[in-house]
Amino acid sequence: MSDANLLLAVSGMLFALGLVGVVVRRNLLVMLMFLELMLNGVLLSLAVFTQLLGAEAGAVLMFLVFVVAAAEIAIAVPIVLLLVRAGRTLDPGSYAGLKG
Amino acid sequence: MDGMLTLLVLLPLAGFLLNGLLGRRLGTGFVNVVGVGLPFLAFGVALWAWRTLEAGDGAPIVETVFTWAVVGEYSFEVAFYLDRLSAVMALIVTGVGALIHLYSIGYMKGDEGYARYFAYLNLFLFFMLLLVLGRSLLVLFVGWEGVGLASYLLIGFWFQDAAKARAGRKAFITNRVGDAGFLLGMFLVFTFAGTLEMDRINEAFAAGLIPVGVATAAGILLFIGATGKSAQIPLHVWLPDAMAGPTPVSALIHAATMVTAGVYLVARLSGVYLEAPAASTLIAVIGVLTAFLAATIALVQTDIKKVLAYSTISQLGFMFLALGVGAYGVAVFHLFTHAFFKAALFLGAGSVIHALNGEQDIRRMGGLARRIPWTFGTFAIATAAIAGLPPLAGFFSKDEILWFAIASGEGGALWLWALGSLTALLTALYMFRLLWLVFLGHSRMEPETERHVHESPVTMTSVLVVLAAFSVIAGWFALPQYLEPLLALPEVRFAWGGWHLLQVIFAVLLALLGLAGAAWLYRDGGRPADELWQRFRRLHRVLAGKYFVDEFYDRALQRPWRWVSDRVFLRLGDRLLIDGSLHGLAALARWSAAAFARVQSGSLHWYAWMTLFGLVAVLIWVWRYV
Repeated sequence: MSDANLLLAVSGMLFALGLVGVVVRRNLLVMLMFLELMLNGVLLSLAVFTQLLGAEAGAVLMFLVFVVAAAEIAIAVPIVLLLVRAGRTLDPGSYAGLKG
Repeated sequence: MDGMLTLLVLLPLAGFLLNGLLGRRLGTGFVNVVGVGLPFLAFGVALWAWRTLEAGDGAPIVETVFTWAVVGEYSFEVAFYLDRLSAVMALIVTGVGALIHLYSIGYMKGDEGYARYFAYLNLFLFFMLLLVLGRSLLVLFVGWEGVGLASYLLIGFWFQDAAKARAGRKAFITNRVGDAGFLLGMFLVFTFAGTLEMDRINEAFAAGLIPVGVATAAGILLFIGATGKSAQIPLHVWLPDAMAGPTPVSALIHAATMVTAGVYLVARLSGVYLEAPAASTLIAVIGVLTAFLAATIALVQTDIKKVLAYSTISQLGFMFLALGVGAYGVAVFHLFTHAFFKAALFLGAGSVIHALNGEQDIRRMGGLARRIPWTFGTFAIATAAIAGLPPLAGFFSKDEILWFAIASGEGGALWLWALGSLTALLTALYMFRLLWLVFLGHSRMEPETERHVHESPVTMTSVLVVLAAFSVIAGWFALPQYLEPLLALPEVRFAWGGWHLLQVIFAVLLALLGLAGAAWLYRDGGRPADELWQRFRRLHRVLAGKYFVDEFYDRALQRPWRWVSDRVFLRLGDRLLIDGSLHGLAALARWSAAAFARVQSGSLHWYAWMTLFGLVAVLIWVWRYV
């Protein structure tokens, strides 16, 4: 098994781990962390393919995604904080009433 | 002069716009000046146009206003065409029209819709002139529909009364039936003649290049249009109901001018009918039947205006009889004389109604001769004129019609003459009946009404006097001979000229017989007539019920139609198909929304699972198919 395949397998496992975490855990903050884990899994595969194909644009894209992910977390964490302040819990199930 | 005919047509339109837009605000003085002044001005212009025409020895004056549309090689122009026929019509329309406008000042005094009334009346005059002066059938048709509109507006003038509004609708809808025939006839003529200009249509048909079948079909279709406008069987039912309008309107639109539009149409297109003997025969038969049946109905009507309405239908039938036997000039002659005496009769009836404060039932009249002498005198002259007593107007024109009904080489027949003569007798009978019951004998008025009987103002009586004078002298113009270069009279079948003299003597005898019969039957408030009717009670019921044509139409047409409208169009079409499909769509949207709404549970984990499923599904799909 070559290095690239190993790295791609790690990336897949990271994504799956993150997915299972998001689905299984009942804590909003932890779910957000698992979301980041999924994202990192995807980005790792992106990095591998960039190296394999020698496409510089992939590297640039990676940084763009990092910026977007940072912005996303910067918005998501305050929202969670506001929710917790109102509902006194981190369990997303108790916020089901917020649906449209 | 250029623009003369355009000016003539536009004057009443200006009256309509001024009165319609400003009349209410500027008061009755303004309305009178505009609403009555402009028609008189138009009459002056019509006289001037007629003089110009005669100065050119009757050569037609054509005035093109603008090109309406150019389609391929055809161009449709709005053009006015003045020859002797349209000049006669324009003079009748503006002359009688102006007089009736003047009369209306007194009759409509104090009405809430005074300005609106004059605006409509001017609008009618505009469309009627468009109809009469249009060179193309298309322009004529615009005028044709326009006078229908004005008629509808004026019949339902007092539209707060549901019955009057309904009468207006009935007139409009009945005319639609005729107009369908008119339009089809127009298409047919255009297809074969390639033009809608009536002088060219006549030329094309006279050239004999168009098959007889086409001429017959076109003639019959156009005649269907004429039966609608001119209230002939089977479309006559609207005219008696049209009496719901103000009486001057009945005089102008439903007696003197608009209803004669059908006669004018057939006379104008005589070139077509000369090529279509079958259509002409149909016209003669319908005409004489209408004349006879309407006259029998007029015998028993008790509403003064209804008697006159049936009398109008009957006289129009006479005109169509003349048209049907090829005596077009004679039909126009009768149209001309009829315009005066029938207008005088209607306006006289209006004066009676005015005097009696709205009473229209002749059973509650009588003895009015001394109370309203001017009205009585003019009414009596007009009655004698329509009955055909010499030397009054109706005598000359009706005699010519009866003469050509038997003597014409183009469809004259003994039975047409016989039925026509019988109708002439009935005409004299029912008209003198009216005169006797309204003006002579003892008063049968209610005391309250009787106390207020008064002669009408001078604006009304002066008009009556002028019209009565014309009822005397109108027959002295030899109109058929004047129109001969345009509308040739048919050949006479009989070699010996003395037959005509015998016919004249016979017609006068008939009129006198009618007079004597009415004087005998309707003396004493009509008691001898009532006793006579007692013996023929069933016949009286049929006549008083107007042959139950309205009831027949109700059963045969309206009810099935209403059923179809209700079941097919309303319940099946509107409610089931249109509403149903829309409701179905709405229900589908609601149902699917309810199904999908379950997906949005608010549970974050559920969303995540769904994302996962979706992702897996997409991956599988990509692996398998891409």
